[in-house]
Amino acid sequence: MHKKSFVWVFKAAAFLAVLFVTLFFLQRLLMPKYMSDIVEGALTAEYYEETTGHEVLFVGDCEVYENFSPITLYEEYGISSYIRGSAQQLAWQSYYMLEDTLRYETPRVVVFNVLALKYDEPQSEAYNRMTIDGMEFSKTKLDAIKASMTDRENTLDYLFPILRYHSRWSDLSAEDLTYMFGKDKISHNGYYMRVDVRPAEGFPEPDILADYTLGSNAMGYLDKMRTLCEENGIALVLVKSPSLFPHWYDEWDEQIAAYAAQHGLDYFNYEKLASEVGIDYNTDTYDAGLHMNLTGAEKLTSYFGRYLKENYELTDHRADPEYQSVYAEKIQFYDYMEAVQRKELSEYGEIVSY
Amino acid sequence: MLFTSYSFIGFIAVVFLLYYLFPRKCQWPFLLAASYTFYFIASPSYLLFIGATTVSTYMTGRRLDALKETQDAYIKANKGSLSREEKKAYKASMKAKQWKWLLGCLLFNLGILAVLKYTNFVIANFNGLLQMFGSGGQISFVDLVLPMGISFYTFQTMGYIIDVYRGTCRAEKNLFRLALFVSFFPQLVQGPISRYSDLAKSLYERHDFDTRTVAYGLYRILWGYFKKAMIADRILTAVNAIIQNPDTYQGGFVFVGMMFYAFELYADFTGGIDITIGIAETMGITVAENFRRPYLSKNIKEYWNRWHITMGTWFTDYIFYPISVCKPMLNVSKASRAKFGDFIGKRVPVYLSSFAVWFTTGIWHGASWNFIVWGLMNFVVIMISQECEPLYKKFHNRFHVKDKRWYGVFEILRTILLMSSLRMFDCYRDVPLTFRMFGNMFTHFRLSELHTEAFLELGLTGADYALLSVCLLLLFAVSLIEEKKGSVRDLIFAAPEIVRYAVFYVLVLSVIIFGAYGIGFDQSQFIYNQF
Repeated sequence: MHKKSFVWVFKAAAFLAVLFVTLFFLQRLLMPKYMSDIVEGALTAEYYEETTGHEVLFVGDCEVYENFSPITLYEEYGISSYIRGSAQQLAWQSYYMLEDTLRYETPRVVVFNVLALKYDEPQSEAYNRMTIDGMEFSKTKLDAIKASMTDRENTLDYLFPILRYHSRWSDLSAEDLTYMFGKDKISHNGYYMRVDVRPAEGFPEPDILADYTLGSNAMGYLDKMRTLCEENGIALVLVKSPSLFPHWYDEWDEQIAAYAAQHGLDYFNYEKLASEVGIDYNTDTYDAGLHMNLTGAEKLTSYFGRYLKENYELTDHRADPEYQSVYAEKIQFYDYMEAVQRKELSEYGEIVSY
Repeated sequence: MLFTSYSFIGFIAVVFLLYYLFPRKCQWPFLLAASYTFYFIASPSYLLFIGATTVSTYMTGRRLDALKETQDAYIKANKGSLSREEKKAYKASMKAKQWKWLLGCLLFNLGILAVLKYTNFVIANFNGLLQMFGSGGQISFVDLVLPMGISFYTFQTMGYIIDVYRGTCRAEKNLFRLALFVSFFPQLVQGPISRYSDLAKSLYERHDFDTRTVAYGLYRILWGYFKKAMIADRILTAVNAIIQNPDTYQGGFVFVGMMFYAFELYADFTGGIDITIGIAETMGITVAENFRRPYLSKNIKEYWNRWHITMGTWFTDYIFYPISVCKPMLNVSKASRAKFGDFIGKRVPVYLSSFAVWFTTGIWHGASWNFIVWGLMNFVVIMISQECEPLYKKFHNRFHVKDKRWYGVFEILRTILLMSSLRMFDCYRDVPLTFRMFGNMFTHFRLSELHTEAFLELGLTGADYALLSVCLLLLFAVSLIEEKKGSVRDLIFAAPEIVRYAVFYVLVLSVIIFGAYGIGFDQSQFIYNQF
């Protein structure tokens, strides 16, 4: 190579290096942090900070990350578990969350909340972002992006999020600087805690649908999830969390029950089992019947934990020193957050920090 | 593929790399393949139309050349035996043959454009007439494709074939080379309308990778994206809010919309041309300039010499002059002089030719009465301005303000306002509404309505307005420097190397961070790629 050409190539490479480093920092700055608002957006990334393995994995939407408490499962049964759930996490996203998890560990039981099966097509860019942005780069992430994108979205925007979030330059706040390279923990093994109470109110009558058949795309991913579990020796359990809204039609329930029966899976509809679990929609929900609050989630977890303990050979990690020390911290954080939320509730009448 | 789409940026990156990786002799065939691929991606059906236009132009060009060669050979062979009259008669007969071929080709190429672009316009007008005369019958609209850049490439081929007919250039012997001239992909999106004699040489030439040429091109591309993404697409939100809601935004906001649209159109069109020229430049190809700081013009005539230059010169060379000097026009001129005297007689051909030019300019821009009236309004304004020339002279002789700086600024602002008000025909949905809103701008003007909150309701935030102001100031500063000192790019390249890198760095980051693109912005097509 000519000396002149070499110098030119060197300068161009140095320029590009400086440019890309700047863009990297700007990307970190401009990406939403989900720390003080819509904290659900931070859930996906927290999984990668885990230091211990998990024998039970929950996948699904808000009906898992607000309704099951892994800390309760550990405290009561010694079960190590994690929730890989996000707001409106669609069936294919849950599949790819499972696939992503298998890159790091192989749980014994996977619990999938079936509500998301009502959606057969990509729904919302904002929810896609909250679920996918936090995933570490892998082929699985690429597949999740492809499966999830709405019409106006572009793969490149996911791979280089600065192309999507550049317009936040005028909305930047101190939070963006504070959490540029590290975030606070907001979940408890994926569980999003709320201690406030808002009793259930009336909901509109469910719409009459033209067709109650669950979509083939969503069901196809349920099938893929089942196959993946079978290939990895994992038991798949289907659940429908207790909730008064959105409506879970009997016709959908029958299809899931039939699917479970056909493939020898357990399926529990806790909407129907709510009274057996002990759910009281006047005290156990923080948003009028959509999601459980802490007491509701602990009741449900306690009930479901018994099933797990009785049906699967799950290790009681409470005797394991490694888990003891890790979970001691987790429990401390869990109790701390509960105390803070209760304090805020009594002082301000609402939770302001979480 | 929009210039601002990732796929387009990816496409030009791949084309650029392969262009220099291929052996030099394969560069132009590769560009042809790239151009046809570009068109194929846009829509496979487009290839049929551009292919037909190319073949008809090629065959006619070859035939015209052959007739010319036959003529030259015949005259040479019979040099001694032909009388002057026989030679003249022979030449005339050959010219008539050439004319037939030329006319056939023009009608064919223009026919494709006319059918695809204007059929539904004609039907709509015919339906309007039927309705006016109380007929219940209506003709259904036809679902026709409108190939990208059809107006540009059709006019480009027409210019080429007329040049061959006139003998100002030789016909291209290689069909594929001509196909590249017609389809060169950067200029398919929104022009310019290139002349064969200007573009051909650098288009078919072999180019070595030259860092300076490439860097020059990249700067031009970036500057285009700066204008398009940071100004045009950002201000578009406010423009749309105003012009799509004429009942809400009246008076002062009609003026705001008019000015915003003027900025948008300028940034959009010149930005697109910068990208086109820049892409070509990175491959060593020189595409004609299409703008020379039109918003610094002091009168409308100067404005049209600086705005969409290739279109203006095309209409002048291929419509204005031929009509002005054609036999029927000379007869009309003669008759007018005899009947009305010299004053009117000498104006008739100019007026008629100008009318034809502006009518065509209007309809070229779009199949709608808005564009036709816009073209004719330009005609009216130019003619009035021309007729008022003696008055201006008297005024300047008396007041001596012509050389004053403030008067120059006044003239520039006057031209901007005049041209922007004519551009209102682009904005509102029909001609009556445009006239109504133009009047409304004066009758309903309330300064108190132009408050901050009202501006923020146009879909832009305070930060957007601040950014727009900075960008427009920068654009203005660059225009002024270019007007007084020449190319800003040359100045940057003459500065220390670190400055060059710093400018490039700031431009790239600015476009990526502050550009109005992607989800959250309604990405607009380049305004001119519909033509």
